[in-house]
Amino acid sequence: MNSAHEGSAYLISNYVLPNDLHVHWSMMIVLYPYLSGLVDGAFIVAALYYVFGVQSLKPIARFSLIFALAFLLCVGLPLNLHLGRPERGLNMMVTPSPTSAMAGGGYLYGVTFLVLILLILFLYRIHLVMQQQQSQGLKKLFYQVLTFGSDNVSAEALALDKKVIRFLAALGIPVATVFHGYVGFLFGGVKANPSWSTPLMPVIFLFSACVSGISGIVLAYIVIKKIRKAAIDVACVRTLINTLYGFFILAFAFEMLEVFSHSYLRTGYHHMVEGLLNGPLHTSFWIWQVGICSFGPLLILSGLCLFKVRDGVLVVGGAIVSFILLLQVLFMRWNVIIGGQLISKSARGYTEFHPEWFDKEGIVAVVFVMAIPFILLFILSRIFPLWLENENQA
Amino acid sequence: MDRPHLKPDFAVNPCFSKDRRRFIRKVLDGTIAGSLLLVIPAGAELPVIPEQIKGLRDKAYDIQKQQFAFIVDITRCIGCGSCCVADKREYNVPDGNYRTWVERYLKDYEDNVYVDSPNGGLDGYQEPRDDLDVKIRDTFFVPKLCNMCQEPSCVQVCPVGATFKTPDGFVLVDHKRCVGCAYCIQACPYSVRFLHPESKTADKCTWCYHRVRRGLLPACVDVCPTGARKFGDLNDAESEVAQILKGPGVLTVLKKEMGNWPALYYKGLRREVV
Repeated sequence: MNSAHEGSAYLISNYVLPNDLHVHWSMMIVLYPYLSGLVDGAFIVAALYYVFGVQSLKPIARFSLIFALAFLLCVGLPLNLHLGRPERGLNMMVTPSPTSAMAGGGYLYGVTFLVLILLILFLYRIHLVMQQQQSQGLKKLFYQVLTFGSDNVSAEALALDKKVIRFLAALGIPVATVFHGYVGFLFGGVKANPSWSTPLMPVIFLFSACVSGISGIVLAYIVIKKIRKAAIDVACVRTLINTLYGFFILAFAFEMLEVFSHSYLRTGYHHMVEGLLNGPLHTSFWIWQVGICSFGPLLILSGLCLFKVRDGVLVVGGAIVSFILLLQVLFMRWNVIIGGQLISKSARGYTEFHPEWFDKEGIVAVVFVMAIPFILLFILSRIFPLWLENENQA
Repeated sequence: MDRPHLKPDFAVNPCFSKDRRRFIRKVLDGTIAGSLLLVIPAGAELPVIPEQIKGLRDKAYDIQKQQFAFIVDITRCIGCGSCCVADKREYNVPDGNYRTWVERYLKDYEDNVYVDSPNGGLDGYQEPRDDLDVKIRDTFFVPKLCNMCQEPSCVQVCPVGATFKTPDGFVLVDHKRCVGCAYCIQACPYSVRFLHPESKTADKCTWCYHRVRRGLLPACVDVCPTGARKFGDLNDAESEVAQILKGPGVLTVLKKEMGNWPALYYKGLRREVV
């Protein structure tokens, strides 16, 4: 064998450090940024209407916030399932270490939750006051708590509500951005991992979050309306698809930029990342994430956005492209989180990951965790109707 | 093979009941006497393990002023695996996890490097590798353990401060605080950490802090037959590590570019080692 230099010879032995054989952050840590990303993207959709006044998104704005809340309520679940000592999980907030990025997560989550729940309560105030007035006993008490005991729906009070909603939605944009940027930074801040430690990581996570959230909203909206046999607002879907197109171009461009920057710089890190992407991740990265789930949607989105298509085509195409993009982001999370850990810190080899079925972080647990937000969405829709008869109530 | 048919003593010994009483009395006497010995000083001191790090037992331990150094001399390591065995016994390290390990490096005439560490070198490198069909030019062994970084990534990322740095330079884990998030495992550039399968908390080499505080060498240093692992007090100018550190020999650290400033030095480290 004729090796030109040490770099190319590194991978000959495929030596994995003894403690690197096990992948410590497995599928639950893939789900964590996936769920929080859906929250983020859904919130952006709502903000486009409530802050920037994109009127065509009105039919979906309220639903987006409830969708975001259903997923936000579940974000902590995969994290706790992952912890070795989940009973100590809250210590991250009680006795946090100021130097740790992870210690900030609980607070950022708390702020995001507070902004979102307040926004929803103000948005649904008229509906909640009506419910409170029409109900009795415990149900009445429940609605009294949700309206903070106020049943003032005078014109002045509603005008103030509008201002508060606009303020909270505007505040929500930086909050949601920081929250998901932070999730990206959790990985980007690990200098020991060659495929994670890039300042682009929070940016990549942020844009892919927007892509997954918008896709989730489009798909859920179309599916729910189809199931209920209700009319789909095509103008709304068209705006969402256009927005999705823009965000996806940015997300995909940054994902590729990161790979090609490493590739062009050809540092020591590059040799490990190159070996990873062309080796253990070849199928899940190049074929699925980049090929099928990125170039495919780019073609479909180009068709839907750049050409005049019929409403039926837009709705079906929109649902399909949203589904593929939800997969794309899932593959992206998988390839970054599981993939990144396949690189041994020996810089000489790659380990393997074999998902378990019945582990607390196994495949069955993943299915359960992913099902819970949808159950919550159903429950929340009983309290906060996803679509009000009279949208002008707000 | 036929075995002789053995009968219990009481079946053949008519005096068994008397012997039994005597036996029980002797056991009780022994137990009481033994217990008393433990609580009443008998005049004679129990044997003390000789001090291995000089001067630590003579004075109060000033945690702010103590400074230690660990040096691995890879020119001396023979890959016997004694250090790994001692470490596993000291801490009952679960199989498949390693607080310390020894790597074997082989280099052929084309400058290709082949590294392995089967079972972390726990069994010692008794046989040459038989899976390589190349002519080997050079072989050497590299022990690995916690680098006790001066700027430890693990301490930086721990969300609850369970991993901390002591004033005397040791990076330790408080198992009662650790939440088992494994962020420190991701952050350690040297992969010396693992999640203990029983406690579900992070674990790693401590340079045997509990031994050092009692003036004893880390277990791996204690058993190393060739002096490849060296540990000592830097406040003692006569200690071997102090002499090496102020001498002309070339010392280096692993992954210097990480900026963690390891306190673990390597003597005779080869450029092939990562």
